Amino acid sequence: MQFLQTPLPYLLAGISVGGQYALIAIGYTMVYGILRLINFAHGDVFMVAGMFMVFLSASLPLGLAIPLVLVITVLLGFLIERAAYKPLRDAPRMSVMISAIGVSYLLQNCALYFTGGLAKVFPQIPWISDTVEVFGAVTKRVTLITPVLTVALVIALVLFIRHTKIGMAMRAVAKDFETSRLMGIKVNSVISATFIIGSFLAAVGSLLYFTNYASVTPTSGGMPGLKCFVAAVFGGIGSIPGAVIGAFIIGICENIIKGMGWTTFSDAFTFALLIVILLVKPTGLFGEKATDKV
Amino acid sequence: MNSLTQKSDRALTAAALAALVAVLLIMEMTMKSTSILLTVLKKGAIYALVAVSMNLLNGFTGLFSLGQAGFMLIGAYTYAILTMPMEVKLSSSVYKYYDCAVHVETGILPALLLAGVAAAVFAALIGLPVLRLKSDYLAIATLGFAEILRALFQWDAMGPITNGANVMRQYKDLTDVKVPFTDIRFPPTLFCFLAAGICIGIIVLLINSSYGRAFKAIRDDEVAAEAMGINLFRHKEMSFVISSFFAGVSGALLAMFQYTVQAAQFKTAMTYEILLIVVIGGIGSISGSCISSFLFIACNEWLLRFLDESSNNILGMNLLRSGFRKVVFSIVIMIIVLFFPKGIMGERELSWKRFRKRASRRGKEAGADE
Amino acid sequence: MKKALALILCVCMALSLAACGGGSSASGSKTVTIGVFEPASGDNGAGGKQETLGVQYANSVQPTVDIGGETYNVVVKYVDNESSNDKASSAAAELVNAGCSVVLGSYGSGVSIAGGPTFENAGIPVVGITCTNPAVTEGNSYYFRICFLDPFQGTVLANYAFNKLGVTKAYCLNKLGDDYSGGLVNYFIEAFEKLGGECVHEEFPDGNSDFTSYVANAKAAGCGVFFSPVSTEAAQLIIDQAVAQGVTFPLLAGDTWDSNVILQAAQGKNVNITVTTFYPEGADAAFDTNIKAWINGDATNKANNGGDDTVAAVTAMGYDAYFFALAAMQKAGSTDPAKIMEALWSTEYTGVTGPIALDQTNGDAIRNTAYVKQVDTASGSWIALDPVTIG
Repeated sequence: MQFLQTPLPYLLAGISVGGQYALIAIGYTMVYGILRLINFAHGDVFMVAGMFMVFLSASLPLGLAIPLVLVITVLLGFLIERAAYKPLRDAPRMSVMISAIGVSYLLQNCALYFTGGLAKVFPQIPWISDTVEVFGAVTKRVTLITPVLTVALVIALVLFIRHTKIGMAMRAVAKDFETSRLMGIKVNSVISATFIIGSFLAAVGSLLYFTNYASVTPTSGGMPGLKCFVAAVFGGIGSIPGAVIGAFIIGICENIIKGMGWTTFSDAFTFALLIVILLVKPTGLFGEKATDKV
Repeated sequence: MNSLTQKSDRALTAAALAALVAVLLIMEMTMKSTSILLTVLKKGAIYALVAVSMNLLNGFTGLFSLGQAGFMLIGAYTYAILTMPMEVKLSSSVYKYYDCAVHVETGILPALLLAGVAAAVFAALIGLPVLRLKSDYLAIATLGFAEILRALFQWDAMGPITNGANVMRQYKDLTDVKVPFTDIRFPPTLFCFLAAGICIGIIVLLINSSYGRAFKAIRDDEVAAEAMGINLFRHKEMSFVISSFFAGVSGALLAMFQYTVQAAQFKTAMTYEILLIVVIGGIGSISGSCISSFLFIACNEWLLRFLDESSNNILGMNLLRSGFRKVVFSIVIMIIVLFFPKGIMGERELSWKRFRKRASRRGKEAGADE
Repeated sequence: MKKALALILCVCMALSLAACGGGSSASGSKTVTIGVFEPASGDNGAGGKQETLGVQYANSVQPTVDIGGETYNVVVKYVDNESSNDKASSAAAELVNAGCSVVLGSYGSGVSIAGGPTFENAGIPVVGITCTNPAVTEGNSYYFRICFLDPFQGTVLANYAFNKLGVTKAYCLNKLGDDYSGGLVNYFIEAFEKLGGECVHEEFPDGNSDFTSYVANAKAAGCGVFFSPVSTEAAQLIIDQAVAQGVTFPLLAGDTWDSNVILQAAQGKNVNITVTTFYPEGADAAFDTNIKAWINGDATNKANNGGDDTVAAVTAMGYDAYFFALAAMQKAGSTDPAKIMEALWSTEYTGVTGPIALDQTNGDAIRNTAYVKQVDTASGSWIALDPVTIG
C-alpha cells in the first residue's frame, strides 16, 4: 500500500521502464506488421546488446564502445533475418516462429557459454548514471532521460515511415505482402530495413535499461522481451504508437502493482491485462480490424 | 487381401509392443536403476506424452496454443498434493510455513487421473473466452494464462494448498508404484511407458475417429469446416480440453519422475521446449513427436554431455567447457529447423505399410542393380 | 534428407560413446570418485564457482587418500546443477551414474533439496557444504552438512538488527520459490518479532531485475534495515538501486552476500552492508596465503573467484568439506557409499573453519558461532566484527 502514500518513485520507475519497453516493443510490432512473425529472438537481441556493451567497454573508451554496440547489434539483427528467417519465407508461419525460438535458444546459450553463466556488471555511463533528485524522490538521471529519448525516437521513426520512400514501401508491404511484391517493391530489402530499425531501437533500449538495472545475464532478455511483445499486442500489433502506449501502460502498472504489495503478481498482471484487452477488443487498442476473406 | 494385411499388421504391432515391454523388463532387471539410459527413457516417455498432447492441438486441430506448461503445472501439483501421505502433510517437513488444508490422500492411479481432470476443468474454463481468439492472439493468450497460473500457485494465500512457492516433495514417486495387490515394486521405466503409451493410444484412437476428422477439417479450413456443419467452438473446446487432460497427466508423471516439484519450473521456456519437440518430430505426426522427444531428451541429458567436459579438449583449445553442449545443441536445432522444416516425419506416421513399401522398393533397387 | 539426419545422430552417438570409453580408462592405481554438485551458472553461479574452488584447491593439496592400507587417487567429478531445482535431479543422476562414492554440495538449499531424493534412492551420501535450510537434511538420512542452519543464522541476524543496530522495523525481501532466502527470511522474522520488532515481508519473482519499487516500499514503510539474503546476482542490483535512491538504512544479509561480487558492487558507494558468514578471511593465515597463491597462479581460478584473490567463506567451507569426506572414507575403511554413509555420522574433523562434528538426528554440523562482517566501501574489503555465539 506504500504506493498511495508516496506515488512518485513508482511512477518515475514505471515511466522509465515503460520507455525502455517501448523501444523494444517497436521491433516486435514492426516485424509482426510486415512478416506476421512473433520474433521471439528480439528480447535476446536486446540482451546480447547488453553483453556486447559489457565486453566492449572493458577494452574501449565509452565514446567508442557505445556507437560500436549500436552498429554490431544492427548487424546482428540483419544477419539473424538473413540466416534464419529469409530461407523460410515461403514455409508455413509456424516454421518461421520455431526458427525464431531456435535463434533465441542459440543466443541465450552462446551468452551462457561466453560468460560462463555469471551475471556481468554493466558499465556505469557517466552523467546518465548519476543520481538526481526530483520532487523529493531520488533516482538515476537515466530515469528522466528515457521517456524523452523514447518519444524523440518514436517521432523520428514515424516521420521516417510517413515521408521516405522506404517508409512508404514498409507500409505497402505491411498492408499486402504479395501485391507489393508484384508491384516491384524489393520486399527483402524492406524486411532487412525493418530488422535494422528494430535492432537499433532495441540496442538503445538495452543501453538505457541496463544502465538502470546494471546486471546482464543470459536470461535477462526473456521476461522483458515477453512483456514487450505483450505491450505490442496490447496496443494493437502492427501499430507503432499503439506499441509505445502499451509499453508505457505496462511499465507503469507493473510498478504500481509492486507498490501495492502484490509483488507475486507483477509479471502475471501484465498477462491478465493483455487477456482482458484481447477479449474486449481482440485486435488491441489501436489495431486495425481484420476481416476474414472467404 | 486387404483385411489380411490389416490383420497381420495388427499382429505385428502387438508383437512389437510385447517385444518392447520385454526389452524394458530385461533392461530394468539387469541395469542399475540409476543408469542414465533408464532415466532418459523415463523422461523421454513423459515428454512424448506431452508432445503428442500438444500436437493434438497444434498439429491436428490447428489451434496454436502455448499453454502446455501451465496445464502440466496443474497436473503436477494436483498429483503431489493428493498422493502426499497424511502424516507428511500434518508434520512440518513439507508444509513448513503453512498448515496443509488438504486432508485427503489417494493412491497413485486415481491421483494421475484427477491430475488430468483438474487440468481439463481449468482448460474448459479458460477455453470459453480464449478459443474465440485467432492464431497468434490465441498463442499469446494461452501463454499468458500459463504465466498467471504459475503466479497463482506461488501466491502466499494459496500456501495451505500449494505450499506457497516452496518445493513439494515426499509424495509418492516412481519408486512407490507397486504391482497391483502385491508389495512388489513395479518397474518404474515400464510404468512410464505404460502410462504414456495408454494415453497416446487414446489420442490416436480419437484422431482416427470422426471427431479427429472434424479436427483436421478445422485445421485445414475453418470456414469450409463450418459450412460442412462442424460446430467450430464445440470441437475446438473439446480438442483443447482433451489435450490439457493429457498435459496434466504428463505433468503428474513428471512430478513422479522428479521426486520434487516446484511451480517455478513451469516457465514459458518449457512450453518452447515442447513446441520444439513437436516441430522437430513433424507437426501432425504422432510417431514423429514420440521419436523426437526421445532424441531431444537423450541429446539434452546424455549424448552431448561430453562436450561440457574440459578434459575432452583435443585440439589444445579451450573450446569445450561448461555450456558448450548447449551451444552445439541449439546449432543442431537451428540446422533441423532451417533445412528440414517439416521435421523428421512431416505429416506421416510410422506404419507397417510404409516399411513394406520401402522394403519392396529397396528390393527392386537391389534387383535393378544386379 | 532423413539419411542425413540419421547420419548426424549416428555421429553424435559414436562421439559420445567414444567419450565415455575415453573417460573410463583407468591408469593402474586405484581411484575413488568424489562428486561435486555445484552451480556454475544461473543465479548462484558465482557462489557455486567459489565453493568449487575450495574443493579444487583441497584436491590439489591432497590428491590421494589412504583407505584400509591402500592408496587411492581421488577423482573429482564436477557437475553443474545450473542453480535450478528442475535441473538438479538430472545433474544428481549424472553424478550417481559416474559412480561417485560420496558427493559434496550444493551452494543453495533449493537444489540440494531437489537433488536429495536422487542421491537417497541411489544410496550415495552427500555432504552439504553451505546449504543452510533445515529441510535439506530432514528426513533424508543420506544428506549431511557441515555448516550452521538458518534458524540459527536468522536468530543471529535478528539479534544484530534489534540489539546492535537498534532497529524495530525491518524490511525483508526474498526470492519467490527460493528455499534458501525464503527460509532464512522466515526464521529472521520469527526471531525479530519475538524480540518485539515489526517486519514488512515481500517477495520478488524469478527473472526480476527492477528492484526500485522494493527499495521504495522499504523507504516508504519507514523500515530501519533492509534484510534480503538473496543470490549475489540479485544483490548487485539491489545495492545499485538502493544507492541510486539514496537510502540511509543499512542492508543486512546472510552467508550468500559474503562474496567479492558484493564488495565490487559496494566499493566507493555510500552504503552500509553487514553479513553473517562461516569463515572470516584471516582466521587461518597459512590457509589464506596458500590459497591466494594458488588462485593467483591460474587465470581460470582467478576468473572463477570473481577476478581477485579475496578468500570467500564458501571457498574455505568447500576446502573443509573435501577433507571431511576423506576423513569419513578413512573411517569407513572403504569406498563403498553405504559404508561411508555409516561412517559419516561419527566422523570428526577440525578444519580451517573450526571443528566439525555432526548431530545424530539429521546429520547437521554442531556449530554455534557465526562471523559478522561489514563492507568497507572505501577500500572494497571486509571488516570483521565480533563473532556471535549462541548456546
